[in-house]
Amino acid sequence: MDVTLDDVTVEVAGTALVRRLNLAVGAGEVVGLVGPNGSGKSTALRCIYRALRPTTGTVLLDGSDISGLSLRDSARSVAAVTQDGSPELDFTVAEIVELGRYPHHRGGAALGERERDVCVEAMRRVDVTHLAHRGVLSLSGGERQRVLIARALAQEPAVLVLDEPTNHLDVRHQVELLSFLRTCGLTVVVALHDLNLAAAACDRLAVLREGAVVDDGPPSDVLTPDLVGRTFGVRPDIVRHPVTGVPQLVYHLGPDDPIPGGTHP
Amino acid sequence: MTTTTRTPTGPAATTRPPASRPGTPRSGTATAVAVLTVALLGSVIAGISLGSAVIPLSDTLRYLGAALTGGTIGAEDVTQYSIVWEVRAPRVVLAAVVGAGLSVIGVAVQAMVRNPLADPFILGVSSGASVGASAVVSFGLFAGLGVYALSTAAFLGALLASALVYAAAHTRAGLTPLRLVLTGVALAYGFQALMSVIVFFAPFGETARSVMFWMLGSLGSATWQSLPVAAAAVVVAVVTLLRSGPSLDVLAMGDESAAGLGLDTTRLRRMLFLLTAVVTGALVAVSGAVGFVGLVMPHLVRIVTGASHRRVLTIAPLAGAVFLVWVDLASRTMFAPRELPLGVITALIGVPVFVVLLRRRSYLFGGR
Repeated sequence: MDVTLDDVTVEVAGTALVRRLNLAVGAGEVVGLVGPNGSGKSTALRCIYRALRPTTGTVLLDGSDISGLSLRDSARSVAAVTQDGSPELDFTVAEIVELGRYPHHRGGAALGERERDVCVEAMRRVDVTHLAHRGVLSLSGGERQRVLIARALAQEPAVLVLDEPTNHLDVRHQVELLSFLRTCGLTVVVALHDLNLAAAACDRLAVLREGAVVDDGPPSDVLTPDLVGRTFGVRPDIVRHPVTGVPQLVYHLGPDDPIPGGTHP
Repeated sequence: MTTTTRTPTGPAATTRPPASRPGTPRSGTATAVAVLTVALLGSVIAGISLGSAVIPLSDTLRYLGAALTGGTIGAEDVTQYSIVWEVRAPRVVLAAVVGAGLSVIGVAVQAMVRNPLADPFILGVSSGASVGASAVVSFGLFAGLGVYALSTAAFLGALLASALVYAAAHTRAGLTPLRLVLTGVALAYGFQALMSVIVFFAPFGETARSVMFWMLGSLGSATWQSLPVAAAAVVVAVVTLLRSGPSLDVLAMGDESAAGLGLDTTRLRRMLFLLTAVVTGALVAVSGAVGFVGLVMPHLVRIVTGASHRRVLTIAPLAGAVFLVWVDLASRTMFAPRELPLGVITALIGVPVFVVLLRRRSYLFGGR
């Protein structure tokens, strides 16, 4: 299922958070949104998972306008991993994952055999099966994040939208999450802070600045010292990953001279 | 995030949590419902039998049987019969209704504003009702309605207060939890000030005392006539909320997640607001503002059932009903023939329970 943001503008209290944003994500493609804080990444994502309605412009799923769908219908196609804090009630992990079936249910009948299997499989894929009966409030931030991803997978979506999903994750789980996104076969739109992980994980990167896409293409085309310098205000050096060849950014902090002997200043 | 492939014969592929094991919340709920239903019946009969004049259990049951089946009793039993059937029975049943109602509305309000410290009165309902009630007590408003004047004024005051809170809290972005709580708390101060002014200018000295007694809650005016409206409101609340159980769970995930799961949070909050305002208003009208039940009961129930709203809302009305029947019994027997306001007893029990709850490590809410 493909996702298109067509000339989307979002204004809140007279300020445009996103202006005339265009983005097309093909079926099965993994597209990363990168950009500095306040560049409109989250706002653009919120329009896709229906937490926000664009002021003008449209969001299309396979060519049809999502504003014509009920929230429930679009939640059957689009699942979101958001930046909400933890719930304030101590649900168990299994209960939270089962909420992923919510858009598929009317009246909230008990889950059937197949639906339970979907939840079990979702938990297995993100490695939280052993936590199933734990209360979510007793989990670490990273475990909780994986539970939210399991919930999104239990939704059986065609499109997965993730807002900074690597926050709180240790490096192992960051790498595992992003390699999962590459291989899950879903259409993925993900906002990421870490440009190196974005370059490694995404087929395409869309660079946002002041609410608009300023560049869009494969990581090797987009991540240039010039563009990163203009967008983020820091100039990195770009090296190639020794194995995959994707661009990786390295920064030097402060004085231009290399640190003598490699010790800390 | 396991990306390594597991062999299909591995334990992860074959083990599946069974649907229901002994000791899981699901089977625990059925047990709790059974136990609490028996406890409620027992409590109601005890509540009717006990009091400043103890009526033996066998007589109580005989009178109740006679009243329910249209049987006959001897002339010498008429006084006791009227105590049982005209005075105590409606009062005890009303206690159960109010306890059940406040408990489920507490759950609903906590879900609506996503705040575990919220109670049914946080949105200004009780202080709005107290304005209406004090106007009746002080100046004889609605005198034409006779004994119903106080209830009617309290109900109207509650609805008016809710409408004001709603209007003040509502924005283009819908009803946000924090705005609702802040508006409710702020306007409650306003209503309390208004009530104080009314009492201050009241022509009778007794007014302050009767308004205070009413505010703290009492079932002393319970009659069979005062029951149906409150009971119907509570039944509607329980049924509606049970049906919304999964939606309330989704709402608890946060508004962003809820949108991603396909829940219209604004519409659900509007429904919850209307329901909680009307039902709380109906309860306050017949019993005053009985505090702590709606705050503490949801938490006590969650310790047993876990967070799932459907399970909480199944247990909470029964637990709340049992609780308030005993609270009412205490209120009329501890210093008989004088009655303590219900709110005094619920606070005496509720405050320590709440502090213990907050300090318990195994019961987490509000994060840390």
